[in-house]
Amino acid sequence: MMYTSRRNLLRLAGAVGVASVLAACGGGGDDSGTGGETVSADDVTKALEEGGELLIWSWDTTIKPTADAFMAKYPKVKIEVVNAGTNADQYVALQNALQAGKGVPDLAHIEYYALSQFALQKQVADLTGFGAPALKDKFAPGPWNGVTPNGGVFGLPLDSGPMVLYYNEEVFKKHNIAVPATWDEYYEAAKKLRAADPKVYIASDSGDAGTTTSMIWQAGGKPYTVEGNNVTINFADAGAQKYAALWQKMIDEKLLSNISGWTDEWFQALGNGTLATLVVGAWMPSNLVSGAPNGAGKWRVAPMPQWEAGGTATAENGGSAMSVMEASTRKALGYGFLEYLTNGEGVKTRLDNGAFPATTADLNSPEFQAKEFEYFGGQKINELFAQSSANVVPGWQYLPFQVYANSIFKDTAGQAYITPTKLADGLKAWQDASIKYGNEQGFTVK
Amino acid sequence: MTTLQDAPAQKKQAPGKVRKYSTRPRKSITLTLATGIILLYSVVPLIWLVINATKSREGLTDSFGLWFADGEFLLWDNIVSTLTYNDGIFGRWFLNTLLYVVVGAGGATFLAVLGGYGLAKFNFPGRGAVFAVVIGAVAVPGTALAVPTFLMFSQMGLTDTPWAIIIPSLISPFGLYLMWTFANDAIPTELLEAARVDGSGEFRTFFQVGIPLLAPGIVTVLLFTTVATWNNYFLPLIMLKDPDWYPLTLGLNAWNAQATTNGGEVIFHLVITGSLLMIIPLIAAFLLLQRYWQSGLAAGSVKE
Repeated sequence: MMYTSRRNLLRLAGAVGVASVLAACGGGGDDSGTGGETVSADDVTKALEEGGELLIWSWDTTIKPTADAFMAKYPKVKIEVVNAGTNADQYVALQNALQAGKGVPDLAHIEYYALSQFALQKQVADLTGFGAPALKDKFAPGPWNGVTPNGGVFGLPLDSGPMVLYYNEEVFKKHNIAVPATWDEYYEAAKKLRAADPKVYIASDSGDAGTTTSMIWQAGGKPYTVEGNNVTINFADAGAQKYAALWQKMIDEKLLSNISGWTDEWFQALGNGTLATLVVGAWMPSNLVSGAPNGAGKWRVAPMPQWEAGGTATAENGGSAMSVMEASTRKALGYGFLEYLTNGEGVKTRLDNGAFPATTADLNSPEFQAKEFEYFGGQKINELFAQSSANVVPGWQYLPFQVYANSIFKDTAGQAYITPTKLADGLKAWQDASIKYGNEQGFTVK
Repeated sequence: MTTLQDAPAQKKQAPGKVRKYSTRPRKSITLTLATGIILLYSVVPLIWLVINATKSREGLTDSFGLWFADGEFLLWDNIVSTLTYNDGIFGRWFLNTLLYVVVGAGGATFLAVLGGYGLAKFNFPGRGAVFAVVIGAVAVPGTALAVPTFLMFSQMGLTDTPWAIIIPSLISPFGLYLMWTFANDAIPTELLEAARVDGSGEFRTFFQVGIPLLAPGIVTVLLFTTVATWNNYFLPLIMLKDPDWYPLTLGLNAWNAQATTNGGEVIFHLVITGSLLMIIPLIAAFLLLQRYWQSGLAAGSVKE
């Protein structure tokens, strides 16, 4: 009954985690945005009128109400939204379905950091032939950069995460400390907070790949360059080193709490004032409202601290796209819903349900910016988010195997947080391990 | 969830030393302490779960974990919210879990009893080979088979259906092995011969003579397979994508993961209450089946 043939055992290696990248696309040529089929706007309209069934994988809770509104508008279309797991869990499930060649959804929710991996394996459709490039100006530069690895358009931005500084105003006022505008001031504030109250830390960081790459991004670092199959990984560049030097000081002087992010304990600390700041993306407010309800009224938002006084540079942290899968037999229909969802009427439904937009029209709309948030003491935080979104440092790239690279962060760079290893050496170890893996997968990595 | 049953260890007597017979059981401080520590170790998480299921989201984050939050006792409200959140999907997950357990664990037990009885009481060529295969199968963790099973099932179009969970659950090598050794001791061969002489068919003999004698063993296997199916996580994680077919393990995990997503709602209090609701049926099953189960512990210890 449970007989396992040798071939299955060999295939097992591919189905677990990330499948062998280039094996899946037969050597993988140098694609520069000419792939994909051509579908005109008329084809899409026709598909919507004819209707059909669409299967969507997403863990975002705002997709379902949007799909319901869409189905009311196009009664012949039937959309099923399935939560097949969150972030990496869903990517594993997606790889498994692709491997099995069955059960692949028509549209899938994929974060920017993971998209280039699916794009390179031609598992998500290139939307260039659908007229997607014309939508470029509808989206903020950060998210658009996220959906266009290798020159194609491999999805449309669903949300974005321009970074800001969230801080607990009550704690800063109580100890009479100014809100830091630069990273130097941030380091000083961290020391003052520790001196004022040994229970309080300025932030917690136990080593997180997404945070680290975003911080390096803001510092002007470009550790990853990808051109087709040629990849360069270099954590010795100026931006990465600037970040590593500051964070090393923070670690050495025990200025960072070691609470793991997103745990119960972490939300508890955010609520009770023992974690005084948080540098993350603009999607955080709804997590704070439900996760740290006792911090209500105490938190405020400020621009992300700068490396140079008077600067405005920011980065994206998180954020995701919705992509049409190459295996889908209803691409025109899927694209019809995708447009509605990402830059049509659907955006409003999603914003009403608490999503953070990636569309410039919404980021800049007076209505959006004037919204006052009770949790943040009535502050109009969207103004700061929109500002941050416009100031994202351009030109950042992710690896075509970033999902794997992020999964080994804790064993390499993450060691700097728990052992005497220096962060710079940790980043070097992460770089070496990533290079080794990339070469094994058939890329040319230096 | 595991429970430990410690059979009192019997001290070996030194030969030649005759001890006075006494009806009072002997006490051992070391053993009492050791079992006490194990008891604490097993019970503290449970106590934590019960206490924290009474707290609101705020209470969870600003009160001491092992004591109630001040002026808060929201167990009932939490249960109601758990059962109604996401249009009451929790109830659906509960029924799914029940389906997988009744059909999967029930079927696995039935097959184990049939197979164990057959292997113990019938001599046929190849019995040794079957024995070797079963022992080997006990040593293979189910997790290792999950991915190959997924690939096989997806070729057969069974993934994302309840069958993907039920079919693998039907096979329990450990249960078969347990039933086999139990049947060896519990059913005297003479009894079967007597039944045959009286003209009873093999199936009638099995159902009317074998099953009653095997009852304690059956309950043990049923408990094992029930716990395994109830707590099954990895197999459904790979096989199922549709939340409508999730068992509780996957459903609660999905709720827990909401805390880590952009703009997701953090509902730790519902995850905790849901976990509490999830273990209640298991505890009930253990308490109800305990007497059948314990009667089997002494089987074969005394020569009749």
